[in-house]
Amino acid sequence: MSTQYTVVGTRPVRHDGADKVTGRAIYGGDFTAAGLLHGFILRSPHAHAAIKRIDVSKATAYPGVKAVVTADDMPPAPGDKIVDLGEGETPLSYVRGNVLASGKVLYKGHAVAAVAAVNPHVAEEAARLIEIDYEVLPCTLTAPDAMRDGAPILHADLRMKELGQKTDRVSNISDHFRHVMGDAEKGFAEAEVVVEGEFNTSTVHQGYIEPHNATALWNNDGRIHVWCSTQGSFVVRDATACVLDQPVSQVKVTPLEIGGGFGGKIPVYLEPVAALLSKKTGRPVRILMSRQDVFEGTGPTPGSHLKVKIGARRDGKIVAAQAWLAYEAGAYPGAMVGPGAMCVFAAYDIANVVIDGYDVVVNKPSTAAYRAPGATNAAFATETLMDELAAKLGMDPIELRLANAAKEGTRRADGPKFRKIGCVEVLQAMKNHPHYSAPLGGPNRGRGVAIGFWFNVGLPSSCTISVNADGTVNLVEGSTDIGGTRTSVAMQAAEVLGLRAEEVLPTVVDTDSVGFTGVTGGSRTTFATGWAAHDAAQDVVRQMKERAAKLWEAAPESVTCERGVYQSNGHSATFRELAARIGETSGPVVGRAAVNPRGVGGSFAGAIADVEVDPETGKTTVVRFTSVQDAGRAIHPSYVEGQMQGGSVQGIGWALNEEYFMNGSGAMVNSSLLDYRMPTALDLPMIDTQIVEVPNPAHPFGVRGVGEANIVPPPAALANAIHAAAGVRMRRLPMNPPAVMEAIWRKSTSPDS
Amino acid sequence: MKWFDYAAPGSLSEALGLLERNPGALLLAGGTDLLVQMRARRKQADLLIDVKKAPELNELSLDAGGLTLGASVPCYRVYGNRDVARAFPALAEVAGLIGGTQIQGRASIGGNLCNAAPSADAVPLLIALSARCRIAGPGGEREMAVEDFCVAPGRNALGAGEILVSLRIPAGGAGFGAHYLRFIPRNEMDIAVVGSGVSVRLEGGVVSAARVALAAVAPTPLFAREAGDSLVGKAPDAAAIEEAARLASAAARPISDMRGPAEYRRHLCGVLTRRALTAAVAAAQGGK
Ligand SMILES: Cc1cc2nc3c(=O)[nH]c(=O)nc-3n(C[C@H](O)[C@H](O)[C@H](O)COP(=O)(O)OP(=O)(O)OC[C@H]3O[C@@H](n4cnc5c(N)ncnc54)[C@H](O)[C@@H]3O)c2cc1C
Repeated sequence: MSTQYTVVGTRPVRHDGADKVTGRAIYGGDFTAAGLLHGFILRSPHAHAAIKRIDVSKATAYPGVKAVVTADDMPPAPGDKIVDLGEGETPLSYVRGNVLASGKVLYKGHAVAAVAAVNPHVAEEAARLIEIDYEVLPCTLTAPDAMRDGAPILHADLRMKELGQKTDRVSNISDHFRHVMGDAEKGFAEAEVVVEGEFNTSTVHQGYIEPHNATALWNNDGRIHVWCSTQGSFVVRDATACVLDQPVSQVKVTPLEIGGGFGGKIPVYLEPVAALLSKKTGRPVRILMSRQDVFEGTGPTPGSHLKVKIGARRDGKIVAAQAWLAYEAGAYPGAMVGPGAMCVFAAYDIANVVIDGYDVVVNKPSTAAYRAPGATNAAFATETLMDELAAKLGMDPIELRLANAAKEGTRRADGPKFRKIGCVEVLQAMKNHPHYSAPLGGPNRGRGVAIGFWFNVGLPSSCTISVNADGTVNLVEGSTDIGGTRTSVAMQAAEVLGLRAEEVLPTVVDTDSVGFTGVTGGSRTTFATGWAAHDAAQDVVRQMKERAAKLWEAAPESVTCERGVYQSNGHSATFRELAARIGETSGPVVGRAAVNPRGVGGSFAGAIADVEVDPETGKTTVVRFTSVQDAGRAIHPSYVEGQMQGGSVQGIGWALNEEYFMNGSGAMVNSSLLDYRMPTALDLPMIDTQIVEVPNPAHPFGVRGVGEANIVPPPAALANAIHAAAGVRMRRLPMNPPAVMEAIWRKSTSPDS
Repeated sequence: MKWFDYAAPGSLSEALGLLERNPGALLLAGGTDLLVQMRARRKQADLLIDVKKAPELNELSLDAGGLTLGASVPCYRVYGNRDVARAFPALAEVAGLIGGTQIQGRASIGGNLCNAAPSADAVPLLIALSARCRIAGPGGEREMAVEDFCVAPGRNALGAGEILVSLRIPAGGAGFGAHYLRFIPRNEMDIAVVGSGVSVRLEGGVVSAARVALAAVAPTPLFAREAGDSLVGKAPDAAAIEEAARLASAAARPISDMRGPAEYRRHLCGVLTRRALTAAVAAAQGGK
């Protein structure tokens, strides 16, 4: 911990702790309102079908039903209208089409119609009476299949973009892009050792415990009020307004507590539907998803198909790298293949690189962000090959990585040059960690390492701070708190004001009550909203100096402030003393800031994993796991460690058992937490953490953002550990027991593989 | 879920009467299978007859000949009863394997059997323990070997109006050992990919009787009679156990599904049966 700070780097109790541990916090499922109706969404049973006819008459007539809506109740989406909802540009028709299907359903679970009724059971029973004639179409479920000529086409109006140019080609490939740096062909010609492989990763879900929920009231004055669980209240506002063709000012979103998101609670699914049902009934309507709805009707992360090749000299210097990445976007374009391509070789300084990325639509749910979206898939390939390369070169895997590690000034193939980064520091911390040299402690065990990168994002944030007469301050922010950010943001204000963390009282408010604030995502909140809090606190300090000057009849410039003590010319007062007297000066003190920060600092993370593989069943047990990450500056180290542990666990689940298990007709057959097999507490060792701090020079406190990079290394680290334990190279996620067993069988029949 | 009525009769005869008068009724024990299935719309009922209040279905009593286990006795009572746990350690262990603590407060061994899932954890062990079912119905009472009870996935041998009253499990005694093992990818909260329940009786260092039954490798829990019989007359050494495990594996008729490919499941039958037999033999030798 740095001694230059008194609050930053400490571990105060979280501001929302009492409400959370006593069950008083209000989540979406707890929310209620007078006259509340309950909605139910009817979803497509088919992965791909044309909707020929919808007859809602029986549902409408069912006792207790108040309204039924379909896509026909939505305003039409002009085919060419493009919107930006915080995650890049998308045609409005896609956003709307995912909320309620019109003309065609594109995946099993696609929302088709909705019912509002006096209770959720009546709504469900009635929804089942809606008659829909489908013409079932052939479906395509994987990127390689969807990319082939003659594959069933999802969107007749989708034209492939090829290397930046629009083409006339009707295809499931919405985009093919390429990053080139140096001359990969020449590089490979110089290489003395080449490793390459083809990799597959399955579609996986973020697996937040709280299902999606939304309540909406379309009021008589035309304003729409939405209460929901979201990572971004302003995104919900803007998306709901867009889908319903309303000005943004007509929508007010009150974010409720959120039981996990990890990227999956950025898109809107229920909010516009609840609003339409409310419009028809004049009453507030609440819709809650079931677990099956969450799996089948929200956005998992892409399945992917990767071919990666790395060439090095005998001394370990990597001279060329090539990647071919095809990611499954699900029903609408937007697979996170762009970020995958940005991260695939980001950890290394390589002169000759070529990366091809393909964004491919398939008949699966439209994918959403998931913690460093796209990077984990890519790192699984790269970091497995790095392990193979180290073995071929006879080098320690961490030394090989250190010999090639990206540093300040290293250029990435997608363009940017790194500013100050902590790749080397993370690798050194791994090398020096006692875990790395500890004995394995038993047979059938192995150790693997991997590293990963996530670039993090900035985006706008707003904050106001008002001073209370008792010397505390109220901090108002728009960032929904999914990981303790009320506290990590408040702490940055406290540091500036010279207050204790507990003396800053943070509140996350609705979209009418604070300036625009981007999503809680991209590891940006402690970075950007924290920055806004820092600036708002400085605004308070400036005004407090003025007040002190007034009280002391001194010149404002003469007043100094050091850790909350204001002084001028022999006068001295604490923040609390001054606060008690602001009424005597010119009324309330309110500081404010709105930022759109540059200087985002990317974060590197590493994992050391020990596994034991049962050679008779193929089951992998994680016996020890250490996560290392560069936080820039750990504002609240416990929350940083919590992020590292959470990301590691999600990475372990992704690696070992999680997957969308699809049948041939495109249905997910394991859409329950019983069969989806996320790790439970009994499947995990304690996840050890080590925070590395290479401050981000651009941020007032050096923050980088730590929510994401930690999920990137685990699958590759486990694959490498499994290789060390069982002698098999895994090329596909999940590396579940049958897959590992099969690899062991293959090894025993072909001894040199 | 649609509305339904609920009744909690205080006796077996009352329950039988209700069942006879309401063809759209289903029986509810712990509800840990049934309510889940109803919520998923896989089952519907006009009336749920809660059989937990009928004393006949709540009996848990040990005598010289064995154990009477009422059909709706929840799992926690099985492992929580010290005498039962001492006399039938493998049964107590299975009762502690089904679900977690909350589930075990409700879930019954009888419900596990009646639900007739191929993957039911208690059933292979009940077969290995030679349990018999006591069934009551409009036409009186009858008995049945537990291996004949499950007839198809989710279907049992009960006729219209019939209720499983209890299970009768003969005493093991000296020289007897039993064990159940399942394979699950996680360490909890998972459905058996394969399960193997076994028992052995040793007399004078030689196997005098042995039974092997498998979970999740056939449309019903599978009694692999040949696997057990192969041990009879042999010393329970590694070679004999390996041969029984091979026969268990050969008896399996697994399918490929999200819980595992067929070939893998067949392989696991051998691994688990070998491991379970090894444990059962150790128990039989330890218990002499
Ligand atoms: C979270 C969770 C974890 C689980 N884990 C496991 C596990 O590890 N292993 C496992 O095998 N199972 C597991 N199960 C399934 C279930 O808990 C067990 O099968 C349990 O033993 C069922 O018993 P029950 O008393 O709850 O049965 P119920 O659900 O009440 O009944 C099951 C079926 O039997 C019928 N029935 C009940 N009593 C009688 C009777 N006397 N006569 C005739 N028919 C009757 C019912 O109508 C119903 O069809 C789990 C379930 C859950 C929800």
